[in-house]
Amino acid sequence: MRPAVLLAPVLAVSLGLIGPGRAAAEAVAFGDAEAGAEVFLWCSGCHEIGPDAQDSVGPHLNGLFGRRAGAHEGYDYSESLARMGADGLVWDLETLDAYIEVPQSLVSGTRMSFPGIEDQQERNDLLAFLRRYSDSPANIPEAPPTALHVEVALPEEVLALVGDPEYGEYLASECLTCHQKDGSAQGIPSITKWPERNFVVAMHAYRQQLRPHPVMQMVAARLSDEEIAALAAYFKTLD
Amino acid sequence: MALNRRVFMGTAGAAMLAAPMLRAAGHGKPKVLVIGGGAGGATCARYLAKDSDGALDVTLVEPTRTYYTCFFSNLYLGGFREYESLGHSYGKLASEYGINVIHDWATGVDRDAKTVTLAGGSTLSYDVLVLSPGIDFVEGSVPGWDITAQNAMPHAYKGGSQTQLLKAQIEAMPEGGVFAMVAPPNPYRCPPGPYERISMVAHHLKTNNPTAKILVVDPKEKFSKQGLFEEGWQAHYAGMVTRIGPDFGGENVEVRPDAMEVVIDGEVNKVDVCNVIPAQKAGLICAAAGLTDGNWAPVAPDTMQSRMDENVYILGDASAQGDMPKSGFSANSQAKVAANAIRGALTGSRVFPARYSNTCWSLIAPEDGVKVGASYEPTPEKIASVSSFISQTGEDAALRKTTYEESLGWYAGITADMFG
Repeated sequence: MRPAVLLAPVLAVSLGLIGPGRAAAEAVAFGDAEAGAEVFLWCSGCHEIGPDAQDSVGPHLNGLFGRRAGAHEGYDYSESLARMGADGLVWDLETLDAYIEVPQSLVSGTRMSFPGIEDQQERNDLLAFLRRYSDSPANIPEAPPTALHVEVALPEEVLALVGDPEYGEYLASECLTCHQKDGSAQGIPSITKWPERNFVVAMHAYRQQLRPHPVMQMVAARLSDEEIAALAAYFKTLD
Repeated sequence: MALNRRVFMGTAGAAMLAAPMLRAAGHGKPKVLVIGGGAGGATCARYLAKDSDGALDVTLVEPTRTYYTCFFSNLYLGGFREYESLGHSYGKLASEYGINVIHDWATGVDRDAKTVTLAGGSTLSYDVLVLSPGIDFVEGSVPGWDITAQNAMPHAYKGGSQTQLLKAQIEAMPEGGVFAMVAPPNPYRCPPGPYERISMVAHHLKTNNPTAKILVVDPKEKFSKQGLFEEGWQAHYAGMVTRIGPDFGGENVEVRPDAMEVVIDGEVNKVDVCNVIPAQKAGLICAAAGLTDGNWAPVAPDTMQSRMDENVYILGDASAQGDMPKSGFSANSQAKVAANAIRGALTGSRVFPARYSNTCWSLIAPEDGVKVGASYEPTPEKIASVSSFISQTGEDAALRKTTYEESLGWYAGITADMFG
């Protein structure tokens, strides 16, 4: 299993070296938009981009950077994506990179049935291509809303932790004040029957404040790596 | 806090409880008796029964057959919930979890004999007693009001018929009438509750009786989510709500239920509805058991065990535990920590570290929801807040709508967690 890198180290390092006003130069160094146009062929079955782009299976992707997730008017988003947007998820380099890598790990119930792009360079190239079609690419990536503050990555050993389901059951009692054990979801998403890996990545994303939501960030903040693994192990046992 | 030699200091509780020290001697399964079937008691009984696989004999004593939650009763006042949607039965706790549910009042506790007497005359014995009785009112806290005045001036601060009465009175208000609230002093159940109620009454009046006014008489300088509520009242109900704080006589109030008058700092106000929320104390059974210090029952922060009797656990509003607000969410959170500790003490099962949390959602206007919350951990002195968050003023409508929808999800979640 490869590490679930929420934000590629190469990206964080390169951004750390540049200062304001060097976006254009950095844009070239960050990813190759021409190569990204090739990568975009995977997306083009569902998404249009460029002049005259319309919503089709998925929303059009013009002006994507800096846009609140699930907020493009006229497109009928999944409840999950709309909720993440309302909670404050904004598309920037960091969040798009995480979404494109494993869509379900960032937005659990997304309808985007795309397995993700494993290769960091391909993602960089695609992001470089996509940002050509945003209104003010000059402020990307080092200024808000696309500024990067921390490097977030999950090492293999964290993903490999085997959780203690009995401890997980006790910890899960905190979750079950809001989330329902039978998996029904009304205003609050279901957290049962998740693949363990996705559950672990999602909880780490809350702990690192990459996923928005004040309650979940608070809950995740005091969970250790072992406790997150224990919760994932317990919730996997619910069928 | 005045502690005597009988005070049990619970700081070493978790370690001690890991060993089955309290196992019942020679009379079958250990007996846990839970008094009160709300967010603390129902949750605790359910977790004890569910997780002990029949190793514990769990009895729940609760007077009402259908439990109407106090939380979300404000939404009923505002017309956002049907009354029936607040009602829950104990059927599943009995049939699916094997809990012995007794509908009666607990009137006395003999802690030496380890028995509880019920109003119906029977006596129940226990190895561990859980008290989760909620609140009662401090006599004389609002001059002119006592419990016999609750029909003329309802408190509506326990779920059930009082909530219905208050709603009927609000609906019968004359055009341009005055709704008054006497708000409680700290500490009290559900800190944002009175102010969410003001919001819900304002919504009802704006829709049905727009020239009516709301008068809040408040002994407190500040209140929970104040900035959010005041912003919302200005935006949705401009000119309708007047709050009189302590600087303007809000702590010098007297009510006259027969005349429907509220006297504020000597000035007589004629009102049409008066919601009196008095000062509060632990449910009466706590004092009857001799487990209170002042108005509340002190507990060990890591287990919710009484500071005065290690065989008794006290949950929710009735307990004095530290930083957690008195809320259904808090009681539910405390119940799970206590259930884990009790099960460990009686059956030797694993005991995990205490973790507590709370979130309180409030509705200000249709789809305008806000929330406040915190996480807590035990210290030797108290349950202490470790981190917190609160909704911000100026949030957009989409976020407020999501927050409201989340509160509906929470209601479904916590009631499933309480009643199965």
